[in-house]
Amino acid sequence: MNAFWIILTGALVATSCGLLGTFLILRKMAMVGDAISHAVLPGIVIAYLLSESRDVLPMLIGAAALGVLTTFMIEFLYQKARLQIDASIGITFTWLFAMGIILISLYAGQVDLDQDCVLYGEIAYVPLDLWITESGRSMGPRPVWILGGVLLLILLLIIVGYRGLKITTFNPEYAAAVGISTVFWHYLLMSAVSVTTVVAFESVGAILVVAFLIVPPATAYLLTEKLQQMLLLTVGLGLLTAVSGYYLAVWIDGSVAGAMAVTSGVFLLLAVLFSPSTGVLTQRFRSRYPLRVTETGK
Amino acid sequence: MKTAIETHNLTVAYNRRPVLWDIDFQVPEGQLIGVLGPNGSGKTTLLKSVMGLVQPSSGYVRLFGQSLDEVRSRISYVPQRESVDWNFPISVREVALMGRYRKDKLLGRLSREDHRLADEALEKVGMLPFADRQIAQLSGGQQQRVFVARALAQQADLYLMDEPFAGVDAASEEAILTLLQDMKQAGKTVLIVHHDLHTAHQFFDWMVLLNTRLIKCGPTPAVFTTEYLRQAYGGQLTILSQVADLVKARDFPVRERSFKDQPK
Repeated sequence: MNAFWIILTGALVATSCGLLGTFLILRKMAMVGDAISHAVLPGIVIAYLLSESRDVLPMLIGAAALGVLTTFMIEFLYQKARLQIDASIGITFTWLFAMGIILISLYAGQVDLDQDCVLYGEIAYVPLDLWITESGRSMGPRPVWILGGVLLLILLLIIVGYRGLKITTFNPEYAAAVGISTVFWHYLLMSAVSVTTVVAFESVGAILVVAFLIVPPATAYLLTEKLQQMLLLTVGLGLLTAVSGYYLAVWIDGSVAGAMAVTSGVFLLLAVLFSPSTGVLTQRFRSRYPLRVTETGK
Repeated sequence: MKTAIETHNLTVAYNRRPVLWDIDFQVPEGQLIGVLGPNGSGKTTLLKSVMGLVQPSSGYVRLFGQSLDEVRSRISYVPQRESVDWNFPISVREVALMGRYRKDKLLGRLSREDHRLADEALEKVGMLPFADRQIAQLSGGQQQRVFVARALAQQADLYLMDEPFAGVDAASEEAILTLLQDMKQAGKTVLIVHHDLHTAHQFFDWMVLLNTRLIKCGPTPAVFTTEYLRQAYGGQLTILSQVADLVKARDFPVRERSFKDQPK
């Protein structure tokens, strides 16, 4: 049963992150996702300190606020201070993350967060964190319920807002010309990334969140030419990564989050080598047997 | 003739450096209008400020005598081809369908009519056979035609196109030119940012000649003269000599007649 809960947690994180990550990498903002996933830390700590509890809601509000602040800071450094975009991202998230670490070390007694846990998470403990109702009935692990709720919200956002996200990602200038607010969709997506990150954070850690945000969508990007397929493929790859990563961890008796991040990288490598359109080996094969090119040409 | 676009004292600055300075002009409905000027003369900025994409430091724009928000559905914009990533996972048909996206019905479903209009627009630019291709598989000219199709699908009255002929093959240029004539016949107004002086006087009925300031706006014969071109292009000698040739070429029929009159 523990295996089931751990894999389910990984799969929920992979799906939520993958769906949002698809739009991030198409917006060339993969590293913004990385930045947000680290920079929400002070938001979580402040929310803990203010609410003096581990309730989900204050945590989400704190994280979403910091996430939006992160994008705001990056934009400010890039546009107003005229720094390069990658420098702006690097400055923003290391600074905010470090602030979070300082806060944790200052209030170590009051904050139920561990510095290692922040980076690597501990997905293996998920089955221990049970949600027990007032009547004493166990409803299964608490993180699974929270992650499930967040996934529903993200599905809602992507299904209902599909066209808004698509047009503002593909051609923001044109979207603005039609009268669609690119700023609204930008901050909506960024808030969703922040909320997902903070929820996923506790169970899988910042590193696996980033891996799930970027690697499965990047793999899907190499394999398909349609946005809808890319989203579905990302979800499929995320599920596959969660399952195979878990069993890899069991086999080597190592970190589950680490194993999941590694397997996602392995799938990416396979796509790099064998993608039908851009694969390194596929192209070599084609140039050696050029007849195949005419078959796929038309 | 009714006025399609008018600007008043339009000034736009980036980082306090003026790109457009005190631009005042009016262009009539139902014409093909070229916006010309040297590189960095503010052509694209003019288009973007008409479309509300850049905020003017002063001055304002009226479209069909109203503000942009009142007539937005009647205006269609074709941005520069470089403004998007052509490796984006999206098909030709999906791009054309974006012409049917509206601010107020972004969340609802697209109707059958929307799909029909998108396909009709692709048909008009000769891109319907490519409808299911990913946009990365198209040539530059075909990509430009897809952009034009998206604007057509919007069913607007005024079209603003940014360099639709840049880097375009002969077939695509021909397709777009034919389409522009059809649009003019249908009473549409098209404002086009164009960089190539060699073709400009054949393409356009009206011209807006810019170099940060407005040099001249009016019917092509009145604007496309050595005097105004010299003012716009200033000291750019190579261009100037080309300009002289062009103006000569335009006057050629007249000269031919005078040749005949002369004894051989």
